[in-house]
Amino acid sequence: MTALVATVAVFMSVGLLFVLANLLLGKLVRPNRPSVEKGEIYECGEKPVGTAWIQFDLRFYVVALLFVLFDVEIAFFFPWAVVFGEATQAADAGHPAARSFAAFTFVEFLIFFGILLVGFAYLWRRGDLEWVRSMSNERPPSATRGG
Amino acid sequence: MIAFDWLTLLIVIAGVIAVVMPTVGYLTLAERKVSAWVQDRLGPNRVGPFGLLQPLADGGKFFLKEAPIPRHVDKIFFLLAPAVSMAIALVALAVVPWGGTQPPPDPVATQGVEPAAVVQQYADTQGGYAKSFNGVIVPGLDVGVLVVFALGSLAVYGVILGGWSSDNKYSLLGSLRSSAQIISYEIPLGMSVVGVLLFSGTLNLEGIIQWQKQHGWFVLFQPLAFLLFMVSVYAECNRLPFDLPEAEQELVGGYLTEYGSLNFGMFMLGEYTHMITTSLLMTVVFWGGWSLFGLEDRVTDPIWGAVVKCLILVTKTGFFLFLYLLVRWTIPRFRFDQLMGLAWKVMIPLSLLHLLAVMLVRQYSLSNWVLTAISVGLFLAAGVYAVAFGTGPNNAPRRRVISSPSPPVGEGLGVRGS
Amino acid sequence: MPLDLLDPPADTSTDSEYLYTLNFGPQHPATHTTLRLILTLDGETIVKAQPDIGYLHSGFEKLGEDLDYNQYVTVVDRMNYISPLANEIAWMTAVEKLLGLEITPRCKYLRTILAELARISDHLLAVGASALDLGGLTAFLYAFNEREGIYDIIESASGQRFHPSYVRVGGMMNDITDDVVDKVRAFVPKFQKAHADIARLLNRNKIFLDRIQGVGVLSREEAINRSVTGPVARASGVVRDLRKDEPYLAYPDLQDSFKVVASKGGDCLARYLVRMGEMAESMKIIAAAVENIPSGPVNVDVEGKISIPDKTATYRSIEGLIQHFELFMWNRRWETPVNEVYGANETANGELGFYVVADGSGKPWRARTRPPSFIHFSLFPMLMEGHQISDVPAVLGSLNIIAAELDR
Repeated sequence: MTALVATVAVFMSVGLLFVLANLLLGKLVRPNRPSVEKGEIYECGEKPVGTAWIQFDLRFYVVALLFVLFDVEIAFFFPWAVVFGEATQAADAGHPAARSFAAFTFVEFLIFFGILLVGFAYLWRRGDLEWVRSMSNERPPSATRGG
Repeated sequence: MIAFDWLTLLIVIAGVIAVVMPTVGYLTLAERKVSAWVQDRLGPNRVGPFGLLQPLADGGKFFLKEAPIPRHVDKIFFLLAPAVSMAIALVALAVVPWGGTQPPPDPVATQGVEPAAVVQQYADTQGGYAKSFNGVIVPGLDVGVLVVFALGSLAVYGVILGGWSSDNKYSLLGSLRSSAQIISYEIPLGMSVVGVLLFSGTLNLEGIIQWQKQHGWFVLFQPLAFLLFMVSVYAECNRLPFDLPEAEQELVGGYLTEYGSLNFGMFMLGEYTHMITTSLLMTVVFWGGWSLFGLEDRVTDPIWGAVVKCLILVTKTGFFLFLYLLVRWTIPRFRFDQLMGLAWKVMIPLSLLHLLAVMLVRQYSLSNWVLTAISVGLFLAAGVYAVAFGTGPNNAPRRRVISSPSPPVGEGLGVRGS
Repeated sequence: MPLDLLDPPADTSTDSEYLYTLNFGPQHPATHTTLRLILTLDGETIVKAQPDIGYLHSGFEKLGEDLDYNQYVTVVDRMNYISPLANEIAWMTAVEKLLGLEITPRCKYLRTILAELARISDHLLAVGASALDLGGLTAFLYAFNEREGIYDIIESASGQRFHPSYVRVGGMMNDITDDVVDKVRAFVPKFQKAHADIARLLNRNKIFLDRIQGVGVLSREEAINRSVTGPVARASGVVRDLRKDEPYLAYPDLQDSFKVVASKGGDCLARYLVRMGEMAESMKIIAAAVENIPSGPVNVDVEGKISIPDKTATYRSIEGLIQHFELFMWNRRWETPVNEVYGANETANGELGFYVVADGSGKPWRARTRPPSFIHFSLFPMLMEGHQISDVPAVLGSLNIIAAELDR
């Protein structure tokens, strides 16, 4: 296993080195003539109004949260899929014990899966999968003024 | 485990980089040539015969052009982003089997054997495996698929860093779109592969190829999973019709707006490398990798065998790369709400249903062809459902907007628009 | 000139702190020329879109007051540079109305054919660009291939491809050769094939349709109230086409060869379809007209002291020489009535009219343009409100705003 890790580590460092070497080479050969205009923000040739570091649409955070939820689920899928796959393969090869084990994991997983589906249905119903909504829509009008 | 040989390893790594980098260069040329062919033009033909030296000229320009760093950027992250983007794309290549490989032996010994014999057997099999030739940089990585996905998710960092550090609204919008898009499509991507894992019982890419060699390619049994996978990787690569993060007509250049010179070049390099990696992955996971109807077994000589396998793999990969290019020049791009809708309301439910079908088929040991029927059926059912119960065009109605500036106090909100 | 936002774009009270302002243009790939939109955004949704015009202001109308009726043709060319010939013909419609001139039948037919070619080339660009703005470069280049064919025809007729300056008071710069007629005949089937190609590529493309269907809806009432004309109005159900309603040039003879294309949708899809349909109708007009070009002179008689005598007449006859001299001396030129006229043509973008105030000298006292782009651009904030950023290029493309014409 150490060899494996070492291989990956070597490859990563070579990749990093490759990038750095290119950057260094580029730095050495290319001209550098900064000017005030080159340092401006490009916003189609006009002075930007305000900074870009703004409070942004909440939808992106909702999506990020959904993703974390589902991605963790998938992370759990992977090992289960391998175990279940191996078990059913063994069962096909004629191990009766593997069959019952596979059945057990199957039921177990269906419960897990069901919870995921319920969550998904709830999100759908709640409208979190609708993209065109935004903060101003989600706030009740009374809350926006003087609240 | 495999013997660790510095020299061989470095040669292989250098070889892969030396192959992939020019490939990326020529992919850009191919893209322009294919677009020219599609659009009834000539394409680049000035640099070298048929424009074959164009990538060299482009590469040279990336190095020689000035790279102004705007004053307003967050300098560290601004410079880090392209490097991250490219390094991650390169590292993902480590686990792709380029040619003849064999899965590592199972480290678990059979029951009822003396402990010493177990150890001996283990050492033998592992030693044998270590001596065998493997056309992959990191052979026998048991979590191959996971590594590719993990690295694919990391690609978001390059985009986010680049977009945020630019302090440019177009960049920010582009990077937010990109991150939302990549993470949304990560889910159907992962789920479509779980169906494959249920059959192969291993995450090792070599193991997946071996299963397909014995039973037939996965695309035959799970065409829907392949479709979902393909659409998802198109989105992951920010290719049309999913190129919203850098949609030129909307966001100028998206997160690339403030980049130039080599920094821009590295983003592009990372993107095209990602295309190659995902094409390889499609080939390996769904199209049998280096196997081609037993052709690869005809060649018994190990060296020529490896060459033949490599050629088969490269041909298949080339086909998917070509598909990438053709799609780009045929289809316009989505709007962002349509894109998110496609991921969350079409692809995720479909992949969940498909996964359920695969589980049932495996549990009750049904024929693999049943799954093919289910796949096609699900696909058609989705289409029929959309036509029968859909609400017409996939269109976001105009949102009611609150007029700006604020309405007079005490009168509630003035609502304008339709 | 560029608007300075003196007051902050949005107040900093709690309910609008998430709004931000984005400059869309003047240097932006989707605005094609130099337009500027100041978008107030909530996330990706447009709360307010404020157009800012004047970046391409070139003083064309003021130049018109210092150039004579023929010289101004070269300037009119540069207004809607997508279909320059249509501008020239519209300008001459106004001028000849001022002079009370009836041009020859042959000239009428030539101008009609050229105006329709200009319409096709404009629509090709509008359709192609609306696809390009949604990411479909291929349709755009298919369209440009055909524009190339139109340029070739214009080149053989006038000697210039892009800004031909071909039209003169009382006629044309020169008569066409048979070569041009052959080229137009060859162009008709070639174009029909390309038209079908573009239709196949886009008309049933689900992504393309989803992007433009129901986007930027302009109601019939609004279209009338805001004096919208051309394909944009016809896509909203306002069936008005000067070629049918007030036929000019050779259109009275060609009434049977074309129909007015209209739609009730009012959205970007309707505008796209109307443009596609109009191209097919224009092709029919051209096919009918090119077979019926009357013979005879292209210019009105030199005796009328209106049209420029050709080279032979100038160098071989005393009347021709004097006439030429009269028309080109800066203090002579035309004798015009002291009058005000408005002459308009149905150009590709809508009603392009010129309001000419003549003071009796050889130059207009005022040459006001009624540019369709200017009127259509004023729709933009209304059409955009509540849509998303991604819809900006779709709507902008479907209105086919030409900044040079907008700003003059």
